[in-house]
Amino acid sequence: MWQSILDLGYGFGLALEPHNLFWCFSGVLVGNLIGVLPGTGALTAISMLLPLTFSLQPVPAILMLAGIFYGSQYGGAIGAILLNLPSHPPHAVTCLDGYPMTRAGKGGTVLGLTMISSFFAASFGIVVMIFASPLLVQVAFKFGPAELFSIMLLGLIAGSTMSRGSPLKGIAMTLIGLILGCVGTDVQTGLQRFTFGLPELADGVELVSIAMGVFGIADFLRHVNRMKHIGSLKPVSLKDMRPSKAELKQAFWPMLRGTLVGTIFGAMPGTGPTITTFIAYALEQKISRTPEKFGTGMIAGVAAPEAASHSKTQVDFIPTMSLGIPGDAVMALLLGALLIQGIQPGPRLLSEHPDIFWGLIASFWVGNVLLMVLNVPMIGVWVKLLQVPYRFLFPAAVFFIAIGAYTVNNDIFAVYEVLAFGLIGALFMALDFPIAPILLGYVLGPMVEENFRRAMLLSRGHFSVFIDRPISAAILGVIVALLAAQAFFSLRARLRPRAAAAATIAFQE
Amino acid sequence: MIRSTLRRALIGAAFGIAALALPAGAQQAYPSRTITVVVPFAAGGPTDTVTRLVAEAMSRDLGQTVVVENVGGAGGTLGAARVAQARPDGYTLLMHHIGMGTTPTLYRRLSYDPVGGFETIGLVTEVPMTIIARKDIPAANLQELAALVRKETTKLNYANAGIGAASHLCGLLLQKAIDAPMTTVPYRGTGPAMTDLIAGTVDLMCDQTTNTTEQIRAGAVKVFAVTTPQRLPSLPDVPTTAEGGLPGMEVTIWHGLYAPKGTPEEIRLRLSRALQVALRAPALIQRFADLGTAPVAQDRATPEAHRAFWQADIAKWRPVIQAAGQYAD
Repeated sequence: MWQSILDLGYGFGLALEPHNLFWCFSGVLVGNLIGVLPGTGALTAISMLLPLTFSLQPVPAILMLAGIFYGSQYGGAIGAILLNLPSHPPHAVTCLDGYPMTRAGKGGTVLGLTMISSFFAASFGIVVMIFASPLLVQVAFKFGPAELFSIMLLGLIAGSTMSRGSPLKGIAMTLIGLILGCVGTDVQTGLQRFTFGLPELADGVELVSIAMGVFGIADFLRHVNRMKHIGSLKPVSLKDMRPSKAELKQAFWPMLRGTLVGTIFGAMPGTGPTITTFIAYALEQKISRTPEKFGTGMIAGVAAPEAASHSKTQVDFIPTMSLGIPGDAVMALLLGALLIQGIQPGPRLLSEHPDIFWGLIASFWVGNVLLMVLNVPMIGVWVKLLQVPYRFLFPAAVFFIAIGAYTVNNDIFAVYEVLAFGLIGALFMALDFPIAPILLGYVLGPMVEENFRRAMLLSRGHFSVFIDRPISAAILGVIVALLAAQAFFSLRARLRPRAAAAATIAFQE
Repeated sequence: MIRSTLRRALIGAAFGIAALALPAGAQQAYPSRTITVVVPFAAGGPTDTVTRLVAEAMSRDLGQTVVVENVGGAGGTLGAARVAQARPDGYTLLMHHIGMGTTPTLYRRLSYDPVGGFETIGLVTEVPMTIIARKDIPAANLQELAALVRKETTKLNYANAGIGAASHLCGLLLQKAIDAPMTTVPYRGTGPAMTDLIAGTVDLMCDQTTNTTEQIRAGAVKVFAVTTPQRLPSLPDVPTTAEGGLPGMEVTIWHGLYAPKGTPEEIRLRLSRALQVALRAPALIQRFADLGTAPVAQDRATPEAHRAFWQADIAKWRPVIQAAGQYAD
């Protein structure tokens, strides 16, 4: 414990060296700016700037890349909230309540709350990283295919019941997402499914294309020529941007719960950030007293997923740095950067390169402080962006979306995908179908399937593997409880009007 | 101030346009502009890393910028297709790995000719692989491991990163050498497979040294052999497969540089020369060593040596893949 604090002091010394601080600052600044651009998320930002770091020393190089990473996450939330453009798919769920609040003229307030939640969650994640790394590394090994299957199934079930309006429509959209998730090469057999002979679909439909299409482009298609500006035109003062005490209070518990969700998922490599934010959102909706208001601009619907995404990001570094095993594509890229620097991430990183490890942890916090300092004054600028007439703002955004989609594989195909999903999304919106479940089904479907088949392969076809393992059994128990509660409440809701009606009749008699 | 900057920019642009227009009139010596090397995998991966190091070193010899473009997808066939269909003028090249040797068999429907569509420039490096197992597996050396596999066969789980991945090919070759099947458990990449191997959920795996060396040194997994003819400087105590009793079980993730079919010979030779110079650079050798590999010998970084090696590799994998009956389409 004391050793950790001493080491951390050393890390701060390193991170605050002017030259390291400069690269950390450049990283968060550039990441932030790229993150704000619709269509370009952390992955694009890091892969674009990766060659730049080759000429740097290892410590500043990794500080800069990590800065780009979380900087772009702060930036990504801005596009999602103000323009309904989730350039980083985990932010898609933030659109659900963030954008309605912007439309209601509260864009600045939401951004302020997002920054606070993000900063709080990131700080918490960093503390967890410092003190609980060895413990969490052990947790990572407890999650085999059976456990991952159960947790993904929980995510799918919790998420598919979260949509507003007709539950049937929500489930239909989840199924569409699941089918989309099937597209591509099957990992187990190498067979191509639903690719229609297009080699571009062999790796599946691009996640960024779906997210940008069904949210951003679809919304654009629906509102073009109908909207002059997003939100109100009245000038926003700094006072309007500061969240009120009541709003902060509303955000506090969701922020805390979101942070915990993010921390738990961070400890499980193989669970992506998108499922984390969806679970955080679904949890808020489930325990809310007014679940029907989600999707119309609930503060909890923004604070919880944003907090989850940031604590997950920080905690994700634990398996990446201390095992040398990347949790997702962004982490793989960061590992690649370390390798180029001649540093082998892995179990011995902490003892062989304490400067990298502790410097990085300290720089996380420094970087998050820098982001707060950068972004809070910038909120005003971002909100002003909304005053740009729609007819200029959105074509420009679409242009950046096209660039962002193109850079994923340096291929025009992804741009067509965005367009196709835009049209599909607009159609669904016109028919009043919820679109978020598409993304959820798409992200979770393949994970559920893959882990299920892997677990069955390892158990030689015995279903008992899912209940023999305690963690998996416990999660399955939660699923059953969730379904039972859902059935109970919907049954009671169906019976109650009748009971109420009966009571009225009795009264009249 | 602003105006003068603007004027300077305009004058510069005018010269730039003039410079662009020039080659049309006068035949200029190759290379006269930026060269693009397509990497058919995502940025940050092992092939991307190797390419960026080589590209940087080559650009110094060629006197032109060599940029790396990642065109990932479909097991590397999308990027390869793009280069096969590119203009054969020496300005679009391909860096590809062992996939060039397996794609002709592994994929039965391709939009390009996976063999005839390319000219070779030279081999670059051969990244070694290691045969590893969970740390408590009851075997002390490769002989005992082979005996264990023969005894337990499909009760043992062999993890790989999906059809066509190097870990898959290495596993096929291992099962052929031992002459006993195991249950193959595919993952999406060797990262999650490694997590399950360390946790003891799966029994065996083959992966490149870049990913395994640290886990081996830390004792998180048990190593049985390196799949190269010689021992590695980074793992001097680990025997080769031949020493361990499985001769011929050699597999490396070899990388080569290609140009589209029809690229003039003098351009290919110029590129080959630049590649050789790049592979001699001490800085590159050091970086390669950090990655657990080394550049190939100078006489292998030539079009002829590369083509001969490539063709032998296609012939080597064809029966193995066909026997397994697993294809990637």
